[in-house]
Amino acid sequence: MTKEEAVSRLTDTIAKFVAYTGKCLPDDVRAKIRELAAEEEAPLAKAIYECMDRNQKLAVERNCPSCQDTGAVQFFLKCGAGFPYIGELPDLLREAVVRATKDAPLRHNCVETFDEYNTGKNVGTGIPSLFWEIVPGRDDLDLSTYMAGGGCTLPGKAMVLMPGEGYEGVTRFVLDVMTSYGLNACPPLLVGVGVGTSVDVAALHSKKALMRPIGSHNSNPRAAKLEQLLEDGINKIGLGPQGLMGKRSVLGVNVENSARHPSVIGVAVNVGCWSHRRGHIVFDRDLNYTIDSHSEVDF
Amino acid sequence: MAKKILTTPISAEDLEDIHIGDVIYLNGYLTTCRDVAHRRVIEEGRELPVDVRGGAILHAGPIIRALGDDRYEMVNVGPTTSMRMEKFEEAFIAKTGVRLVIGKGGMKDGTMRACRDHKALHCVFPAGCAVVAAVCVEKIVSAEWKDLGMPETLWTCKVNEFGPLIVSIDTHGRNIFEENKVIFNQRKEEAYEAIIPEVRFIK
Ligand code: SF4
Repeated sequence: MTKEEAVSRLTDTIAKFVAYTGKCLPDDVRAKIRELAAEEEAPLAKAIYECMDRNQKLAVERNCPSCQDTGAVQFFLKCGAGFPYIGELPDLLREAVVRATKDAPLRHNCVETFDEYNTGKNVGTGIPSLFWEIVPGRDDLDLSTYMAGGGCTLPGKAMVLMPGEGYEGVTRFVLDVMTSYGLNACPPLLVGVGVGTSVDVAALHSKKALMRPIGSHNSNPRAAKLEQLLEDGINKIGLGPQGLMGKRSVLGVNVENSARHPSVIGVAVNVGCWSHRRGHIVFDRDLNYTIDSHSEVDF
Repeated sequence: MAKKILTTPISAEDLEDIHIGDVIYLNGYLTTCRDVAHRRVIEEGRELPVDVRGGAILHAGPIIRALGDDRYEMVNVGPTTSMRMEKFEEAFIAKTGVRLVIGKGGMKDGTMRACRDHKALHCVFPAGCAVVAAVCVEKIVSAEWKDLGMPETLWTCKVNEFGPLIVSIDTHGRNIFEENKVIFNQRKEEAYEAIIPEVRFIK
């Protein structure tokens, strides 16, 4: 395979994968929604879950995006320092988004700031967003894809607490987002919480938390405990599907963290909606790929 | 439970027994109508070019495929946030006589007053379900104010059992989102109190 062929193959696969994630939710999200739907008894909540289920089936049948808001595309890369096409990735990821936009088709969701016009291609300055981690000693590419919809991006919030406010303050911060903007972000929500020093660090953690599979846990036992406590607590609020009340509120709560300066606790929340369009694909150096987010994927 | 289906033109009596939290469906005609159209009717005092008296509007910006000869097909139509229209909706309902306002999320006191005084409903169509909505559209029968561009054009659609529509504001002065908010906030305080003894990690 020449480099040119390789780049074209990589672009093509990613373009198809992105388009696919717009019409079919990942396995863990589908399973969790089924589980939550089965618990509901109220006719209202049941009717909404039935509608969601029907919508997802129709999207596959008609081969079109399941939600009209196909979001702004974001990529989270864990790229081996020895991955042969590392230098080509920024350009080819843009090209993949342009192609997916045409093929899916995706809604045009990229507006240049200040100049305030829609580029019509879903690419622009800094879009798609690329969040890099270079992994020394590896030669593969671990890629998470995400469509950040407007409704579910809106509740995002970060702030720096004083240590005196403690994890009690973190809890308050997360819960307050749930009953304000969270309500209109199309629950049941996946809640990402980031904890670290400054708002930038916390915010990135909170988004990366949304890339973790539902039901996975933070490796720190206390952080994992906070995940569970928040999940149970938010579920008790009973937002239900679409915030119209029900037995549960969330698909899950994922916490990501790093160390902090002793004088501050940076905290951030990001939420994913029920239509949580995350994908996960891993390429080896020969571009063989495995997709573990969507088992039925078929290009 | 039998499916509750409203058919346009809708009368005030049709809405009497409908309450917040009910799930209903719509047969007949539905016109997409959002930000700028509301502004034109209320702030600029123009007449809506579609007669929606006894009819229904949808806060949405659809994806439409033009088939030529002024014929169109609905590809995808999902509700947009209703709250943006709150500023105009009370006057809009009074002026146009619309009976059903459909969108996403709740609306506030102005819409609630108009629904009570002029007998109308605000309903929520489950967001994220744009394909279900699109298949309920039998055909697009007219397009007005096309100068506003595809999302803002008034697309009048013939719909078949358009729904599920969840009644969020009824004709009896009740508002499900506002009532739920009180309950959610109460439960939040209970959840908070239950969590904090467990997270005193800084000692
Ligand atoms: S919040 Fe999610 S499901 Fe709801 S409209 Fe936006 S993208 Fe679609």
